[in-house]
This record gives sequence, C-alpha cells and structure tokens, in this order.
Amino acid sequence: MGWMKSLFLREYQLANRVGGGALIGVLFFLAVVTIFPFGVGPDMILLSRIGAAILWIGALLATLLGLDRLFQADREDGTLELLIMSGRPLELVVLIKCAAHWAATGLPLVLATPILSLFVGLDFQSILMVTLTLLVGAPALTLLGAVGAGVTVSMRRGGVLLSILVIPLAIPILIFGVSAATADTISSNNFIAPFLFLCALTLFGLVIGPLAAAAALRISGD
Amino acid sequence: MTLYDLANPTRFLKLVKAVLPWLVVATVAALAVGLYFAFFASPEDYQQGQTVRIMFVHVPAAQLAMMCYVMMALSSVGSLVWKHPLADVSAKASAPIGAAFTFLALFSGAVWGKPMWGAFWVWDARLTSFLVLLIMYLGIIALWKAIEDPIKAAKVNAIITLVGVINVVIIKFSVEWWNTLHQPASIIRSGGPSIHSSILIPLASMAIAFVLLFLTLHLMSMRNEIMRRRIRAMRMRAASIAPAASSSTVTKAAPAGVR
Repeated sequence: MGWMKSLFLREYQLANRVGGGALIGVLFFLAVVTIFPFGVGPDMILLSRIGAAILWIGALLATLLGLDRLFQADREDGTLELLIMSGRPLELVVLIKCAAHWAATGLPLVLATPILSLFVGLDFQSILMVTLTLLVGAPALTLLGAVGAGVTVSMRRGGVLLSILVIPLAIPILIFGVSAATADTISSNNFIAPFLFLCALTLFGLVIGPLAAAAALRISGD
Repeated sequence: MTLYDLANPTRFLKLVKAVLPWLVVATVAALAVGLYFAFFASPEDYQQGQTVRIMFVHVPAAQLAMMCYVMMALSSVGSLVWKHPLADVSAKASAPIGAAFTFLALFSGAVWGKPMWGAFWVWDARLTSFLVLLIMYLGIIALWKAIEDPIKAAKVNAIITLVGVINVVIIKFSVEWWNTLHQPASIIRSGGPSIHSSILIPLASMAIAFVLLFLTLHLMSMRNEIMRRRIRAMRMRAASIAPAASSSTVTKAAPAGVR
C-alpha cells in the first residue's frame, strides 16, 4: 500500500508543480467558455439553453489538452522504464497515475464549473446537475484518454493525434453527460437514466483504460 | 496449408500470385452482372424513381465499411495474441480500404438524401455513427503513419482498434439515444416491410461483387505492404553496410537510412 500512496503523491505533486499546474487547465476552461458568447451572441436565454453543452465541451477540451503529458514526461526522464520494471502491476500503476492526474487537473475543472455556470446563465438546479455529471463523467474522459496517451507516448507531437483518437471514444460520455445535465429536474427519470449510463461508462473506463494503456506502454518500453 | 504457413511472406506472395488473377476476373464479372441488374434490369421505385439505384452502391458500401472494421479487429487479435506477422499487414491494409468504403457510403448517402430528404446531411443516428466510424478509420491511418517501426505500430494500432471495437457498440447505442432525444422520429428510413425480388437480386449480386472487390483490394494492398517492408529492410541494410570511409556514399545513403 505504501508504494501506491507515494506514487500517487509524487504524481499529484508533479502535476501541480510542472507547467502551471492545475490552474492552467481551469484557465483554458474559462477561455473556452468565454469565447462561446462571442460566437453565438450575448443572448442569455440561448446561452442558458446550451450552457450545459458549452461546459461539457469546455471540460472535454481542457481534459484532452493535458493528457499528452500523462506518460510522456515519465518516458523522457526514464521513470516509465523503472515503473515497468518495478514488478508492480502496470495496470495498477496506470490507474494510480490516472487518479492523481484527475485529482490534479480534473477536479479543479469540476470545482470551477459552478462559477463558470453563472456566465452561461444556468439556474441553481442546472448548476447542480452539470457539476454532478462532470464529477462522475470527467474521470471516464481521463481513463479513456489514458489509452490515447499510452498509444501516442513515443511520438514527439502526439497531442493532436491523441485528440483525434480519443474524441470518437468520448462521444458516448458527452451524450449521456449533456443529456443528464439538461434534464428538467434532478429527480426525474430524464436525469437519472443518462446519469446511470454515465456512471456505467466511468466504471467501464476504469477497466478498459488501465488495461489498454498498460499494454500500449509495455510495447513502447522495449 | 495452415494459417501458420502463411507467416512466411514468400509463401503468402506465391498464394496471392496464384489467386489474384481469378479473383480479379470474378470481381469484374460480378460487378458487370450486378451493375447490369442495378441500372437496367431492375424497375424504378414508384416513389423514388431513378434515385433508388443509388441504393445498389450505397448499401453494399455501408456493409463493407463495417466488414473492414471487423477484419481489422480480427487481424488485431491475430497480431496481439499470436504475433502473426501477416495479421499486422492485414490490419494495416484494411484501414484505408475501410475508410474509402465508409466515405463512399456517406457520399452516396448524401447524394441520395438530397432528393429524398431535401438535405445532404441530417444528424440521423446511422449517418452520425458512420461519420464517427470514418473519423476512427482516419485516426487509425494517421497512427499507422506516425510510428516508424512497423512492428511497434502494429501492436499500438491493434490496441486502439480493439478498444474501438468495444466502443463502437456503445457509440452506436448512445448515438441512437441522443438522436431520439433531440429530434424524435423525424426520419423514417424508407425500404418498406419487405423487399421485392426485383430489387433483392441486384442488391444481392452487388453485395457479392463488393465483397469480391474487397478481397481483391485487400490482397493487393497486403502484397504492396509486404513489398514496401522489404524495400525498407533492404534500404536499412544498405545504409548499415555503406562504408564510412568515403564521405560521398555516406551522405548519399543517409537519407535512405533515415527514411
């Protein structure tokens, strides 16, 4: 257990300290949400209708932005080789790295969501629903993104290709996330059904993400 | 001859050389029969008129677009589990063919949709899933091109293909969910409850012709890929043998080695 905790702390601290840390993702999120009114006009009624979608797409883009460094930095300084040869299950190592990455970059996005919701004119209940769906759904983005990050780890500029590979896989998450977030009330079936699907997708990502990413990392290692 | 014997590329190339001419003849014959039935022998639709003939290209192309992904996924299992060298080649060869058939299905669908639905594109569940499929194909092709070492590229592509094949089911389901949520039952696909034999015969013959076409293109493209790998190996060997003594040959050989 000790090694898991220290690996988590190491990853968390690295993610926080290197390259602007957690704030840079939130800043990007803010920038994406800000440009939408310039595109569709300052119509508060329209914005509140598409607000949940704007926030979800902003969070998706912000997540994709940080993913290419998930394993690459470790590969460059040799840590990845050590992790592979450490004898610990690589799947578990990947899972811990994803958890730390999410805690450092995904969680701040979720925490920033209520504030950014005000810019797109959401009411209290909608704010609650968007934040809740992002809290449950954003880990799935990171976990599926880890597959893309593992696959593109040996490329020097893999970021764009990673996004192209991951976006089709992320479509179901976006669909269920947005349709839960735009439901009329939080207690209705319109919210609960897609929300449960979203939970299922995160659990699915929890299995497939570490498995596939670890397999990709083993290949890149030799 | 088992699948393991085919791991030897020379033996595989010999087989291709023997089979390919027959396959080409069969493809051309099937296409000729299919196109004749589709364009001359089949009747016009009482509602859609001549445009119904687009279906004879559209439906087989759409079927093959999915078949190519299945082929790619099976090949990926082959290259991950058995490390079969030909499975790598097969997976790589399937991707551009699949992308081409997906594009053909989308394009013929758009051309068909304009007179029938009044729009080139609607966000119908099927259309959307095919667009996603096209993006997946193109992403996989880009990944093949991005990694230089063919063995590493094959393994990495196998992983992303298999993750994709699990996800395709979820994507399909979620897109249907999304579509019914946003525009309930705006488009009911034509086709009717049963297909008359005057339509079914040309459709079936075109489907057979397209499968033959796929087999032909796939074998040809696999052959080309094997040749390409041989050239790559020869270039690398030439670059490593090239003596460092005279600087002129080194500078000549270097670009080939880097490539």
